[in-house]
Amino acid sequence: MAKVPGTKGLNLDESLIFERSRKGRTGFSLPVEDQDLREISTSHVPAPLERKDGLDFLPSVSEVDVVRHFTRLSSWNYGVDSGMYPLGSCTMKYNPKISEAAARRPGFANLHPLAPESLSQGALQLMYELQQFLAEIGGFAAVTLQPAAGAHGELTGIKMVRAFHLDVHGRPRKKVIIPDTAHGTNPASSALNGYEVVEISSGDDGVLHAEQVREAMDEEVAALMLTNPNTLGLFEEHIAEIAGIVHEKGGLLYCDGANMNALLGKARPGDMGVDVLQFNLHKTFSTPHGGGGPGSGPVGVGKVLEPYLPVPVVTHKGDRYHLDNDRPKSVGKMRSFFGNFGVMVRAYTYLLEMGPAGLTRAAELAVLNANYVKSRLEKYYHLPYKKICMHECVLSDKMQKANGVKTIDIAKRLIDLGFHPPTIYFPLVVDGAMMIEPTETESLESLESFVSAMKQIAKEAKTDPGIVKSAPHNTRLSRLDETLAARNPVLTWSKHD
Amino acid sequence: MRYLPHTTQDISIMLHELGFEGIEDLFAGIPHSLMLQRDLHLPGPMSEPELNRHLENLEKANPAASCISFLGAGAYSHAVPAAVDAIVSRSEFSTAYTPYQPEVSQGTLQSIFEFQTVTAGLLGMDVANASMYDGASAAAEAVLMAKRVRRNITRIVLSAGLLPEVGRTIETYVSALDLEIIEAPLSGEGILDLGALSAALDKDTALVVQTPNFLGCIEDMRSLAGLAGEKNAFFISFTAEPYSLAVLEPPGSFGVDVATAEGQAFGNPVSFGGPYLGLFATSKKYVRRMPGRLVGLTRDGAGKQGFVLTLATREQHIRRARATSNICSNEGLCALASLVHLCCLGPEGLARAARISRANAEYLKAGIAEIPGFSIPYKASTFNEFVVETPVPANDLVQESTRHGILPGVPLNRLKNGNENRLLICTSELHTRQDLDNLIRVLKQRGA
Ligand SMILES: Cc1ncc(COP(=O)(O)O)c(C=O)c1O
Repeated sequence: MAKVPGTKGLNLDESLIFERSRKGRTGFSLPVEDQDLREISTSHVPAPLERKDGLDFLPSVSEVDVVRHFTRLSSWNYGVDSGMYPLGSCTMKYNPKISEAAARRPGFANLHPLAPESLSQGALQLMYELQQFLAEIGGFAAVTLQPAAGAHGELTGIKMVRAFHLDVHGRPRKKVIIPDTAHGTNPASSALNGYEVVEISSGDDGVLHAEQVREAMDEEVAALMLTNPNTLGLFEEHIAEIAGIVHEKGGLLYCDGANMNALLGKARPGDMGVDVLQFNLHKTFSTPHGGGGPGSGPVGVGKVLEPYLPVPVVTHKGDRYHLDNDRPKSVGKMRSFFGNFGVMVRAYTYLLEMGPAGLTRAAELAVLNANYVKSRLEKYYHLPYKKICMHECVLSDKMQKANGVKTIDIAKRLIDLGFHPPTIYFPLVVDGAMMIEPTETESLESLESFVSAMKQIAKEAKTDPGIVKSAPHNTRLSRLDETLAARNPVLTWSKHD
Repeated sequence: MRYLPHTTQDISIMLHELGFEGIEDLFAGIPHSLMLQRDLHLPGPMSEPELNRHLENLEKANPAASCISFLGAGAYSHAVPAAVDAIVSRSEFSTAYTPYQPEVSQGTLQSIFEFQTVTAGLLGMDVANASMYDGASAAAEAVLMAKRVRRNITRIVLSAGLLPEVGRTIETYVSALDLEIIEAPLSGEGILDLGALSAALDKDTALVVQTPNFLGCIEDMRSLAGLAGEKNAFFISFTAEPYSLAVLEPPGSFGVDVATAEGQAFGNPVSFGGPYLGLFATSKKYVRRMPGRLVGLTRDGAGKQGFVLTLATREQHIRRARATSNICSNEGLCALASLVHLCCLGPEGLARAARISRANAEYLKAGIAEIPGFSIPYKASTFNEFVVETPVPANDLVQESTRHGILPGVPLNRLKNGNENRLLICTSELHTRQDLDNLIRVLKQRGA
């Protein structure tokens, strides 16, 4: 068996930064105040509006304190740079360092969004080209880069759908159809747009069938929202027929593009009848997830939805790039300025380094890796859908449950063995789901090491279930009590706690 | 390809395991008619040196980035200690995701807990979440929350002093709800007209106010709070320039229901508009109605202190269509940058930076007011941003000043259609006395 990396590491304890605070200690280096300026300044503050608490919630610490504190905290984290992070649906692939350097270039980082367009042509060109690249990859007529994350892209996309119906049919329609395998953001984004969510079930083979859609489809349906490949890692093979059914009743087809990593250069949603899709640049285009963000969720649309894109859109005329705000049918604005530009720079850099053949290769190897892991583990873990998967595979704890070992235990035990756990208990249609997305940046050795860890756990579940159920054992903290946290929430620190 | 570790031999071993001849076989699940029959039309691949050259060329086409800048209007430059980037560059932070598995995410979780503490403190509120996409979307989510908390709300009153982009974002977010949106006008002083506002408010309204407003003017929050209280309106504040919180009483002390802000100025570069982060804080009684992630204190099996994501039953992955918000990924790393930045500054540093920013604005204001043809149209007090009436279109001034390497401000009509002879000028502790004098000198050349 291949070696697993998990051991007990060196773990330093660290209190809250506030507990390091000592009056008189400072961590800043700022110009000394000019006394005459200070006088002009203070004489103008309306006294009743002046802050009086001395900002005493901020710690007084030296730079050494700050750097040690956060360096210690960082050592309690597991990132993609620590090892394999097969968190399904999140595409935790390696994040290139050149992209980090690119976003930090002063010509990008120090560029103010309201600087004259004529002096920001480089940034506008980058955005324009990224719009074009994404349109080509997805098979769309136009792209907005404005949304800050996938869910924000969904909200934007469904808003455009709503604007389209209002404009073309004189009313927004009432419902959005969503399959039971969908991510929670899909129903939430639809509901925020005032739509009633109609959930339909996928077939026994894990994909959506035309009959189901035909039954649910009527002229009150604004859109069908599906994810392709879906969250079981399966390609929605009836998508073209489904698109036909939806379009026939005047509805639109929304595709959640969180799983585009499987399709790069192989197939394009726009060619399958999809009218609108959000890309997740932090997944497919390798920008770091940042412990929760920032992401970027550009939306691609077909011709019918182009008039409704949020403003501004970057356009190109002659040798000039321009921010076009003059779009009377636009849904409006989803946030300030133009989107998460720093994330766009990273994705653009990645796209150029990979090139078309490299991107296609990435999709192929992502799919190869997922199928390999599935194949190596299906003897040890229940595999609910026995067919070729795309970029991820879903297993369950059915075989381990007999010994009282559940998905959560398997996940925690994986931590001991040196891996980040997969996504667990999602999708909801599989009881005790473990959704494994290795991504293309994992080598055969790394997959084998993960397989060894999973096999060891399957064995332990039979021979020593206690060690799995009480995992993790190697971390600084053992399993944390989530019920306690929710019962009496303590969400901020105060001196008296 | 350096990010793809597979050797030809690895691939054949793997295909053999799967019983396939070639990788194409793995795509058999996609109907042939849906497969792309050509290569993508994209540039690349580029080697690292080629790519760096290309990026350098794009960078050079952004000369605005190296000007001395007096631009603000929702994006602010301040002095950021190098320690901030050193910490956020640690890939243990940057390459992790949402801390779903707390035992391998305590670094992220504890830092979010500290961020929530600092954010709540700054805004003078009980609780804050782990960040929203940006200030504008945070304000919009506050309006959605108002409607959840008080079903009777039928009207949203937006201060005319809100950054136009923020108002527009709110309008877009609520477009599917049946809500009337009205704008409360400003007086000639540059702050909200209390009489007009009073007429617009009642118990069925939510009020959104920005202070300092987008003209830079400090609103009379005490009177506004009095009005909102008297009319029992749901009161939401928005802060565009969070350094102002160092010198002004926080929104919490005026009894707002939700305080929102753009947090970019704390440790995040202006970066052509993003990524930034929205600050969102409210009072304890609304905790379960809040959007966004929350981190709470707990204990592990051995009783040791630790942190977890909590109150998740509000969120989309549990509550789906009935979630308080659809937000999933937020702006985690930007929030970390803000936290590290604020820890470095501490109470003294933040206050000093804020005072210098303000003093620089006052110095400029006085200097510019003396130039024939220029004047200061609004009399209300300001923090670090103020409007100047210019003798020629502000846009012309911008074009001319850039020839001297100065971006003198944002023409107001770039933000909102209207008077083209108005320029919004913003200062910070980054400006030296010489920068200020240079701006005055350049403007003087255009004086009447
Ligand atoms: C299938 C799917 N859709 C949508 C989302 C939401 O994306 P984001 O977190 O960027 O908002 C996710 C993210 O986890 C996802 O996995």
